[in-house]
Amino acid sequence: MNIVVCIKQVPDTTEIKLDPVTGTLLRDGVPSIMNPDDKGGLEIALGLKERHGGHVTVLTMGPPQAEEILREALAMGADRAILLSDRKFAGADTLATSNTLAGALRALSFEVVITGRQAIDGDTAQVGPQVAEHLDLPQVTYVEAVSLDTPAALTVCRAVEEGHQTVEVTLPCLLTVLSGAVKPRYMSVRGIVEAYAKEIERWNFDNVTVDERRVGLAGSPTRVYKSFTRGVKNTGTLHEVTPEEAVEIIVTKLQEKFII
Amino acid sequence: MNFSLTKTQELFLRMIREFAEKEVKPLAAEVDELERFPAETVQKMARLGLMGIPFPVEDGGAGGDNLLYSIAVEELSRVCATTGVILSAHTSLCGAPIHEFGTPAQRAKYLPRLASGEWIGAFGLTEPNAGTDASAQQTTAVDAGDHYVLTGSKIFITNAGAANLYVIFAMTDKSKGTRGISAFIVERDFPGFSVGKQEKKMGIRGSDTRELIMNRCVVPKENLLGQPGKGFGIAMKTLDGGRVGIASQALGIAQGALDETVKYVKERKQFGNAIGHFQNTQFQLADLETKIQAARLLVRSAAFKKDRREPYSAAAAMAKLFAAETAMEVTVKAVQLHGGYGYTREYPVERMMRDAKITEIYEGTSEVQRMVIASHLLK
Amino acid sequence: MDKSEYKHVFVFAEQREGVLQPVAIELLGKARELAAALHEKVVAVLLGDGVEEAATRCVAHGADTVILAGAPELATYATEPYAQALYSIATGHRPAIFLFGATTIGRDLAPRLSARLDTGLTADCTALDISPDGDLLMTRPAFGGNLMATILCKEHRPQMSTVRPGVMRPGDRDDGRVGTIERVSIPFDRSRFRTRLLRSTREEKERVDITAARVLVSGGRGAGDAAGFRALDELARVLGAEVSSSRAVVDAGIVPRDRQVGQTGKTVRPDLYIAAGISGAIQHLAGMDESGYIIAINTDKSAPIFQVADLGIVGDVSAILPLLTARLRALREKRNHD
Repeated sequence: MNIVVCIKQVPDTTEIKLDPVTGTLLRDGVPSIMNPDDKGGLEIALGLKERHGGHVTVLTMGPPQAEEILREALAMGADRAILLSDRKFAGADTLATSNTLAGALRALSFEVVITGRQAIDGDTAQVGPQVAEHLDLPQVTYVEAVSLDTPAALTVCRAVEEGHQTVEVTLPCLLTVLSGAVKPRYMSVRGIVEAYAKEIERWNFDNVTVDERRVGLAGSPTRVYKSFTRGVKNTGTLHEVTPEEAVEIIVTKLQEKFII
Repeated sequence: MNFSLTKTQELFLRMIREFAEKEVKPLAAEVDELERFPAETVQKMARLGLMGIPFPVEDGGAGGDNLLYSIAVEELSRVCATTGVILSAHTSLCGAPIHEFGTPAQRAKYLPRLASGEWIGAFGLTEPNAGTDASAQQTTAVDAGDHYVLTGSKIFITNAGAANLYVIFAMTDKSKGTRGISAFIVERDFPGFSVGKQEKKMGIRGSDTRELIMNRCVVPKENLLGQPGKGFGIAMKTLDGGRVGIASQALGIAQGALDETVKYVKERKQFGNAIGHFQNTQFQLADLETKIQAARLLVRSAAFKKDRREPYSAAAAMAKLFAAETAMEVTVKAVQLHGGYGYTREYPVERMMRDAKITEIYEGTSEVQRMVIASHLLK
Repeated sequence: MDKSEYKHVFVFAEQREGVLQPVAIELLGKARELAAALHEKVVAVLLGDGVEEAATRCVAHGADTVILAGAPELATYATEPYAQALYSIATGHRPAIFLFGATTIGRDLAPRLSARLDTGLTADCTALDISPDGDLLMTRPAFGGNLMATILCKEHRPQMSTVRPGVMRPGDRDDGRVGTIERVSIPFDRSRFRTRLLRSTREEKERVDITAARVLVSGGRGAGDAAGFRALDELARVLGAEVSSSRAVVDAGIVPRDRQVGQTGKTVRPDLYIAAGISGAIQHLAGMDESGYIIAINTDKSAPIFQVADLGIVGDVSAILPLLTARLRALREKRNHD
């Protein structure tokens, strides 16, 4: 089975801190990592390959330094790595990103495309389903486990609010994977030693089957109008009150903070 | 000259650090408290190829080198010195001599099992009356035709109870002194071989340390490692490599204690300020950091020399001497900077202080390292 | 594209087993505000099979029109039939704005539809507004909640957004409100139905790892014994939170070790951290002081926990918590009943 896993390099958002004085984002020194859900997706792909044979390709769109996560994927056991990098792709929103990825996927052969559910820098969870639409593939989102029970379809377990669903989906298809229930393997020592000896295929706009007007900033229907941080934390307040008054104060605060 | 890690080493560092944080650190306090050998961690390490880092792929190893191995021991020891020494003794003291001095048949038979982690390795040199003076071996090996008969005991053997394979030294000819010592590869199941009870130790309490007992232990001829009478040289060369491992362990302990201390002094407030705000704290931290960096340069240069097949005996001795004494100093000061909390098991620095002490003792005490270094100076 | 041809605020009225979901009611409330600013109408789009009752509820909660597509294909959610139905409705009715709840259904469906309609989509919004030019301002958290971004979709229609459940205020229920229900039939292309739901299992929500929880109700020695912690469980249930604790409580065997916050436990960073009866020893604070909002309840006015708390209450946990839980539950029930 040929599987393509779309992965993304993201800043480790748990390491991002706010400047306590200005409230601005402190991004310096924040490590770049493979997006956790994508890593879960890669694990699912490598597991399928182990059980059923096949070939796992990792594909990322990003700047040249995104090579790092491709090396990591190779060290985990991926067979082939493609870096999609072109200025024309820059500034893309989810729709333009999905157009670019779909363009690249048209040049590859696969039975399954796997993406992470969402990337921790954007948390949109949109690119996977949008790619599926462009390629006319059935999609299953929020996937936690996959098995191949018949040659033409996957049986997929997905997490929803109420519990879990088991869904059968015909091949070829696209899955978006939740990292929570999947424990990605570590890179193996041998994989690491050999990762930099392997070739990374570098693709640009010319390798991708897509209309130039549909990628990058030009192909993005949405734009960031403004961005802002939540601001500096105020010093707290202390109340010595009756339990009833305390409840009122807490409930009011929770409503203010949109927590309830 | 280049002091930065290569891309491969950086990738390896990321993996081993994450592995240490997620798989090893959560068990460290328990392994210490219960004096429990972390077999499940060793299994996980085996799956990743960590039990055979510097051995060639054709011997079942990962095809890495001693620098990667050193980084692995350092990073594991940063969170759990027990786990660090398990890997160090296994790799440096059992796999390495078989790789270096073994026949093709011995390598083919034993290295894949060791490198895959299917078997754990150990090393038996020290005896009740042969510690720093390793030449005073009393274990004997008598040539009985197609096999040797080993009689005697080895003490304080790291991994003893968990191991399946031992590199053991014994006198084949007492009249020749050190030139009468030979090395043997001993399987745990060989007749007449047994292990004693687990030692109660101050630190590295999860490492399984026991006596090895050879009671007319039958070792096939083909398990002689190297030439008869060459055992002492094999032991000394093996210990050179082992010292890179223990130096890495000491370095890891020191770094772990400093990391904990830096975190603590930022949080702990006294007299209205974080204690990291006080110059006394800052100066101490600066000195500790400087020594750790110096130790790291020594450790990595020793591993680098070994990888380049340059003489590294003195380099390994200096790395171990300095890293061990740094580990002791850093951990003692770490406990002090933690104050009363540092003396409790709520914080890991008291464990690190207990763990650090052994690095000044095993695989050659600090005094032995000084002897080695001086002998290179004066030869 | 002529933007003036696209009108009205459409809401995907998500139903499950015929029950209109709370987020749909919240969206109708928000849509009313947006439609008022635009002088346009609120249109609820309801898909299902035999869901007339939900249609009338959409009107009661603010829909001027309900577009109702009833078909067996739409009885339970599946991506492709729902996408086909919404595509057919959107191309026929040309909405200016189309809002979805950011549920597993909304986030499965909306991106699929946005790609089919070739328009923009903004995910998981926490605020919506209308710009002076009449465009939808969609505000959402990014970078793990560290940054807020306001997004515009100026040249494409409809402007699509998924909206985080629980954030928008639901519109008041008015059973006297008048609205029209417009029934549509969908020309399905069944050849594109390529998934099949084999089974669904309902599960009591599994406990989430405390490091992944958005809200934590955390108890210390001041929260009492095992019985005291049941009060914390109750509060956590109402808030959709997880229960965590200080070390003392773990050592006492009241709470399992994987729930421990602090130096020897876990470091957490939830949006809301309620410290109930936790004095705040340094090793505890180290594990939670970066939480988004901290509420501390403790009898000791000088407890260090108050130094990191945004809201401190000097008082007895055992008196306050049950009252708070009851109050929140009443609010929730009122909302669900509306």
